[in-house]
Amino acid sequence: MSGLDINAITKAFGNFIAVDNVRLNVPHGTFVCLLGPSGCGKTTLLRMIAGLEEPTSGAIVLDGEDITPLPTHKRNLGMVFQSLALFPHLSVGDNIAYALRIRGASKEEQKKRVDELLTLIHLPGFADRPVAKLSGGQRQRVAIARALALSPKLFLLDEPLSALDAKLREAMQVELRQLQQRLGITTIVVTHDQREAMTMADLVVVMGHGRILQAAPPIEIYRKPADAFVADFIGITNLLPAEVDSAGRTTILGTAIPGLAMPAGVTRASVSIRPEDVHLGQPGSRAITGQVTFVRDLGGTIETFVEVGSTSIIAVATPRERPNVSVGAKVGVTLPPESCVVLGS
Amino acid sequence: MTATFLRRLYFTIVALFLAAPLIVVAGVSVNARQELTFPPKGFSLAWYGQIFADPEWRLALIHSVTLAVCSAAIAVAIALPLAWFLWRRIAPWANIFQVLGLAPFILPPVITALGFLTFWATVGLFGQFFTAIISHAIFFVTLPLVTLSLGFASIDRSLVEAAATMGADDRTVLKTVVLPLILPYLVSGYAFAFVLSLNEYIVAYMTIGFTTETLPIKIFNALRYGYTPTMASVSVFFVAVAALVFGAIAKFGDIRRLLGAMSSEGN
Amino acid sequence: MRREAPKSFADYTPLLFPGLMLVVFFVVPFSTMIAVSFFKRNPAGFYTPDFVIDNYARFLTTFFAGVLGFSLMLAVLVAVCCVSIAFPFTYLLTKRSRRAQTLWLVGLLSVLSLSEVIIGFAWSTLFSQTAGITNLFVALGLMDKPVALLPTFGAVLAGMIYQALPYTILVLYPALVRLDPTLLEAARTLGASPVKAFFNVVTPALRNTIVATLIMVFVFALGSYLLPQILGRPRHWTLSVLITDQAIYQSNMPFAAAMAVFLVLISLALVGLTLLVGRRENAL
Repeated sequence: MSGLDINAITKAFGNFIAVDNVRLNVPHGTFVCLLGPSGCGKTTLLRMIAGLEEPTSGAIVLDGEDITPLPTHKRNLGMVFQSLALFPHLSVGDNIAYALRIRGASKEEQKKRVDELLTLIHLPGFADRPVAKLSGGQRQRVAIARALALSPKLFLLDEPLSALDAKLREAMQVELRQLQQRLGITTIVVTHDQREAMTMADLVVVMGHGRILQAAPPIEIYRKPADAFVADFIGITNLLPAEVDSAGRTTILGTAIPGLAMPAGVTRASVSIRPEDVHLGQPGSRAITGQVTFVRDLGGTIETFVEVGSTSIIAVATPRERPNVSVGAKVGVTLPPESCVVLGS
Repeated sequence: MTATFLRRLYFTIVALFLAAPLIVVAGVSVNARQELTFPPKGFSLAWYGQIFADPEWRLALIHSVTLAVCSAAIAVAIALPLAWFLWRRIAPWANIFQVLGLAPFILPPVITALGFLTFWATVGLFGQFFTAIISHAIFFVTLPLVTLSLGFASIDRSLVEAAATMGADDRTVLKTVVLPLILPYLVSGYAFAFVLSLNEYIVAYMTIGFTTETLPIKIFNALRYGYTPTMASVSVFFVAVAALVFGAIAKFGDIRRLLGAMSSEGN
Repeated sequence: MRREAPKSFADYTPLLFPGLMLVVFFVVPFSTMIAVSFFKRNPAGFYTPDFVIDNYARFLTTFFAGVLGFSLMLAVLVAVCCVSIAFPFTYLLTKRSRRAQTLWLVGLLSVLSLSEVIIGFAWSTLFSQTAGITNLFVALGLMDKPVALLPTFGAVLAGMIYQALPYTILVLYPALVRLDPTLLEAARTLGASPVKAFFNVVTPALRNTIVATLIMVFVFALGSYLLPQILGRPRHWTLSVLITDQAIYQSNMPFAAAMAVFLVLISLALVGLTLLVGRRENAL
């Protein structure tokens, strides 16, 4: 079987279970983002794939071969570290050629590969520069090139872009994704930035407390979050209480939402609805009535905060569909049933 | 303004206190005739020539340099694998060796010296030159041990992990990453041990003092049997060597960090 | 890289050489010395193996008590003087430019590395009648004729402070250079003058460091073996000098060893105390 198979991996540090019985299949050539808050076990999982931590139990299988007992240096992988870990005593070229050099590749072979990779990362002619003289983005690229020098089977990145400023980070996300698509290499990135995950991944794996909470393509994670944690962690959402009234209708904040069905046997649940799906209009019997408490006009989008009882609802609109509201005004909040996701507890 | 003035005054007084004896010795060392006067009467650099020309002083110089070169090398050879092991492995009991490496330097030197004296006398090797080399190596092993431990601690462990992901085994990592990175610390450790060994008196005296003269022993013996300005010129020579070596460490390394400042930034 | 516990015997091989050297040439000599302290003196050779406590019994004389008392008093005096001079000095040093700090550190290391023989010789020259500092006073009209300032207690004290001062500064340097500068800035914004802030904020914050440094300098001064001999009279001799004297000139190795063991015990007790103080500081 081709690809990476993570088979019931567990890692315990003393009494603390960092990774708890994780199973995941990553098909060959897939870009995976391990996403979650700090301490969720994503980095530990990545380090176990790299062989930098030993799993307490379970197996890691790459292209049908169990690599769990292999030490890191025999796994044929490329890894980019959070600190980048560029060797300060070596030049850019020597950093990139490191893997080739310790395997005894000839000088010409090393130079050829270094030039190839430098072109790939848009830094031709940088081979002789000292690492310390590079900018943040350049160091980033060199670290990526170095990890790819041997065309590894697996490309692992641990929070690779966290040291960059916001603008550069977004540009690098796009570049990294394009690079991965061109090379077709199986890639696993650890990140806590959901935008980053949405930008790059084929498969987003949301982790919490050492477990996988949901593994799905980005848009599915966004549209169909498995639970309240995932819904809240990915983007901004409204988590609203829903219940079934005596007439059998599903109501949110006391207003019936026709067309929204609860799973059989469930009378109370949380419903997630994205702010861009919330419509504001005139108060009326079919809408939830609330009061506008704050309007944030960001230019590209307008966020309206509406208070219904003690619950706050956020609605996002583009300037073109700008709702005609002002702070203090009464508004009617409409929740389209097809946009509401009933969450499991 | 007064604060600045007082600070300057304070620094000047301390500097004068530290420099005064050396200035007088430097002055005495250029006396034209063999006498102990300051300010010097006449000017002559002959006493510096004496260090190399006089057979006794030259022999003492050769002994001292041989002792320092060899003992510093052995001290580094002991400290390097030990510091590496302590950095690489989790073995709490191995810290006992670290304590053993630090103890000779912290205890009053007379004690270590007497330990060596009784030991070499007991095994019947008392007075052999190599006993002083080994004794100095043990006595000064603390210095490379401290600088190397600092050096290892300064290595970002992800560098080693990165090397491993690129296919480097333990030995290759050591050769291609760890050693190049700790080289400055290794050199400083050697230099510290070298300079201190060059200056050391009591351990050298208690191991080979009856058979061989190193420069400090020679100065002390000369001090007891009568004065010669060569003592002064040798002293100046020692200060110069120390200043040169530590100056070089400061130029090519980060002496502030070696002496305990956290990082090289600031100010 | 992960630090790992050693798994096979091969993982221990780096310890082989250092361990062997330290055990054979430090632990064994040290133990030999302790053993010898119970042996009998042999005027013809080094010693005769035996088990006697005579060497320790000699501590109970008034002469020895006098030497011990003087040694401790001198070491305390040196430690107090050095720390009082070095603490404000080191603090001011850490406020200066990197370049100035480096320059000072190189100078201090150079003085610290100087042989006790050279320090003794230099001070005996500075305090001598013919080349000494009194010649300068005469030239300035402060004195009538140059005099020798040694052998005196003052000369011993000056020499030992000279020897221990660079050590003191270098011991204090890490603690002071790492001191959070915002601590002082906070005090300044609250209206404290720099001097007041130094005494009210810096000194109390580093109280344990000061105590630990006092003890370390005390042990360091206790180890001075030549200066009291070169700059003082026999009544200014310390325990370290006496040990050297007994071992070399009186050829009484067992008694020297017994005194050394005693000195070790004092030093160890004080080093232990330092560690304890240090630990409490870290716990804060």
